[in-house]
Amino acid sequence: MNDQTRIDQDRAERTEKLQGMGCKRKRVEDIRFTQGKGSYVDDLKLPGMLFGDFVRSPHAHARIKSIDTSRAKALPGVIAVLTAADLKPLGLHYMPTLAGDVQAVLAEEKVLFQNQEVAFVIAVDRYIASDATELVDVEYEALPCIVDPFKSMLPDAPILREDIQDKMTGAHGPRKHPNHIFEWMIGDKEATDAVFANADVTIKEMLVDHRTHPSPLETCQSVASFDKVKGELTLWGTFQAPHVIRTVVSLISGLPEHKIHVIAPDIGGGFGNKVGAYAGYVCSVVGSIVLGVPVKWVEDRMENLSTTSFARDYHMTTELAATKEGKILAMRVHVLADHGAFDACADPSKWPAGFMNICTGSYDIPVAHLAVDGVYTNKASGGVAYRCSFRVTEAVFAIERAVELLAHKLGMDAAELRIKNFIKAEQFPYQSALGWEYDSGDYHTAMKKAMDTIGYKELREEQARKREAFTRGETRELMGIGISFFTEIVGAGPAKNCDILGIAMFDSAEIRIHPTGSVIARMGTKSQGQGHETTYAQIIATEIGIPADDIMIEEGNTDTAPYGLGTYGSRSTPVAGAATAVAARKIKAKAQMIAAHMLEVHEGDLEWDVDRFRVKGLPEKFKTMKEIAWAAYNSPPPNMEPGLEAVNYYEPPNMTYPFGAYFCVMDIDVDTGVAKTRRFYALDDCGTRINPMIIEGQVHGGLTEAFACAMGQEIRYDEQGNVMGASFMDFFLPTAVETPHWETDHTVTPSPHHPIGAKGVGESPHVGGVPCFSNAVNDAYAFLGAGHIQMPHDAWRLWKVGEKLNLHQ
Amino acid sequence: MTKSHIELTINGRTVEALVEPRTLLIHFLREQQNLTGAHIGCDTGHCGACTVDMDDMSVKSCMTFAVQAHGASITTIEGVANADGTLSALQEGFRMMHGLQCGFCTPGMILRAHRLLQENPAPTEDEIRHGISGNLCRCTGYVNIVKSIQYAAAKINGTPFQEAAE
Repeated sequence: MNDQTRIDQDRAERTEKLQGMGCKRKRVEDIRFTQGKGSYVDDLKLPGMLFGDFVRSPHAHARIKSIDTSRAKALPGVIAVLTAADLKPLGLHYMPTLAGDVQAVLAEEKVLFQNQEVAFVIAVDRYIASDATELVDVEYEALPCIVDPFKSMLPDAPILREDIQDKMTGAHGPRKHPNHIFEWMIGDKEATDAVFANADVTIKEMLVDHRTHPSPLETCQSVASFDKVKGELTLWGTFQAPHVIRTVVSLISGLPEHKIHVIAPDIGGGFGNKVGAYAGYVCSVVGSIVLGVPVKWVEDRMENLSTTSFARDYHMTTELAATKEGKILAMRVHVLADHGAFDACADPSKWPAGFMNICTGSYDIPVAHLAVDGVYTNKASGGVAYRCSFRVTEAVFAIERAVELLAHKLGMDAAELRIKNFIKAEQFPYQSALGWEYDSGDYHTAMKKAMDTIGYKELREEQARKREAFTRGETRELMGIGISFFTEIVGAGPAKNCDILGIAMFDSAEIRIHPTGSVIARMGTKSQGQGHETTYAQIIATEIGIPADDIMIEEGNTDTAPYGLGTYGSRSTPVAGAATAVAARKIKAKAQMIAAHMLEVHEGDLEWDVDRFRVKGLPEKFKTMKEIAWAAYNSPPPNMEPGLEAVNYYEPPNMTYPFGAYFCVMDIDVDTGVAKTRRFYALDDCGTRINPMIIEGQVHGGLTEAFACAMGQEIRYDEQGNVMGASFMDFFLPTAVETPHWETDHTVTPSPHHPIGAKGVGESPHVGGVPCFSNAVNDAYAFLGAGHIQMPHDAWRLWKVGEKLNLHQ
Repeated sequence: MTKSHIELTINGRTVEALVEPRTLLIHFLREQQNLTGAHIGCDTGHCGACTVDMDDMSVKSCMTFAVQAHGASITTIEGVANADGTLSALQEGFRMMHGLQCGFCTPGMILRAHRLLQENPAPTEDEIRHGISGNLCRCTGYVNIVKSIQYAAAKINGTPFQEAAE
């Protein structure tokens, strides 16, 4: 072995020991989770703790004539029953939403959706609380309700929100009707209309991204404990954004923020459900403040699916204009957005339709115009971003379906049409027609790799044969090939355009190196299964050369963690991950000065080598990070403050734009409508990869949720506003049997502005997956002249497509 | 409400308790016995987060009254690790194969897999998928759960485990 080989081997061994970026490090969290030792909100048991449960409205729209709580209060074990009359003197019967609206905590004069909260019963155990909810007598006068958002703004529509009926200017400008929330527009309307007027080919379709629900396996829950002597409130809860919750609680309760301790313990999945503030949180807080003992609130599944934060319900009239050769010239979209009874979107303040304006997708479209009208209906309020950055699933669904429809109209191959219109690698950073600056991308390379791997040409040939066989009556099976080439926009966001309640959407990391060279780091984000305790440690390990196993990551305690905006919109890696790298580099810079002092050389004479600073040209003269850590506390250089820690509040200069090429091969039995996914291939480019094992896991999970949304999952209402399917009996969550096998792949195009080049990945598979499944279904039926088939594509609906097309003898 | 006396074995330990007849087994385990590993994810018996092993059967403890467990022997996730405190083959398999993310379904999933491997020590992928179809996971997409169970089966059987190529 020569010297260089020995040096390389030594470096490789030291690098491997770090378990830093790029390795498939096993998760730290799993040690406790596999032993049932996770600590979730409902596991919390405090002395004297009481339980709260809601009385809910059976009506979608009704006037409350009276509420009589006397029978409930008389039940042994019931401690209190709260109604709007109790909250109103405290100013707490309404709370602000993140979207600039207000939302009833407990209904005062009217209920506006089925299962809306009307009273909160507090009892010594959850069984008695539940019993007592049956004993609260509420007299309602039913009112006509609005379920169809297209009827919200009719002249004779019943006025839903009487509380704001005279306020014709909302948080996002003028309202056109008492049931109108906002109109939001972006793009060049005149130029877009002009292109459409003269285009060779146009397509126009109403694309519905139906109402669904994130439905994490753990529902929303909280425990509030108010210490009357100290005047301090501790609030444990299922919070994706604990710091924001603390600020909200302070603003609405009047308690000073430093006397509120918000703790988000282990969270059993979030997917957007746990970003907002809910009536249950507020009522547990009020209950504890009033009674002086801890109060727990735990949502059941029916409550979860029917009240806290639906997603989607976007009705998108989508148009493309193109040349006859297939060059897309313009895009025009109008969205009717059904927000339910209160606008409780969890978007950055200035974005009432989220980042819907990413709807030009991966294509170089010269002009575009987008208009979104938000309306109230008698349905649960929302809608949140279900495993996606704000409204990005909707946007990607719109463009990826529209491109397929255009390809069909042009008689062009859908992959070829996409490739023809891709933004080229040399065009990045790319300014989109609707205002975004895409940071980086290499779409052609990703698409080619995906098509080669899946064997695209052969699949199309097979499909052609199958179509002929179907036409000849030799098979009853249709083959569909779904494509989706998505561009996400994640990592909100730059302060100039992203804030929540006025707080800029930075995020944070605080890293402390202890004298013995072990580390604790705290972030403003909050994992709900993403594995932050594992991956942030990998970033730090690589940056400062301390093994990941010696680094503890802590999140979710607002007293100890630096302020951050939380985990959603795939923002943890793009924002807090960047903060982690920057904080680590501050530590490294100080460590270099200490090392120079220890080695009696100039700082500039040192170079970094995996886990140590060594003297250039004298590799045997070095100080490891562990030695430097001790020196930082024991013998720091003169005039340098002791200690080795840093904090960074990272304000991203731009969002990141992960992308991917997805292919789905599906076989559909026209007589039963049963669709079988034969193959699903997902190529993701999320920039620098921190932990490939966790990335793959995120992709699997996101694809499974996409499969659910596209193929059956739905929150539906009947004409009376009764929510249909608000339990796991009806709401489709795929089991291991239905879920396809996932194939994953990747390319790497690092983000140029992110300190480690990472982009975020958790939501890409969902965003890209939904249109890919829907495109596969639509592609299967396209040659039969089916037109656009709306989601969800469950067997019953696909059977109906067959009926409509006269395919059943 | 009159309480019933029950006596049962939980993770090898004899337990006596007074419970209301309507108390669900999951609430008895979580709130009276402080065994919070099993979770509640739905109210309809679909999600399986509450799965425990009762008299050699997988049982959804939110669909079972505590009084029904009288005289029974129950194993929960807290009783699954090896006697020396190390992770069992299944617990290790889930960690090695990344068979969990948020961890909420994991205790039920491991208990179900535990019973599955008792019933069928060397299941095929299809048998595993059907065998865990009463347990929902929102995070993983099941591919890695299947691998986790295959890993454990191989370790228990002393056969080589080969991760399927992507």
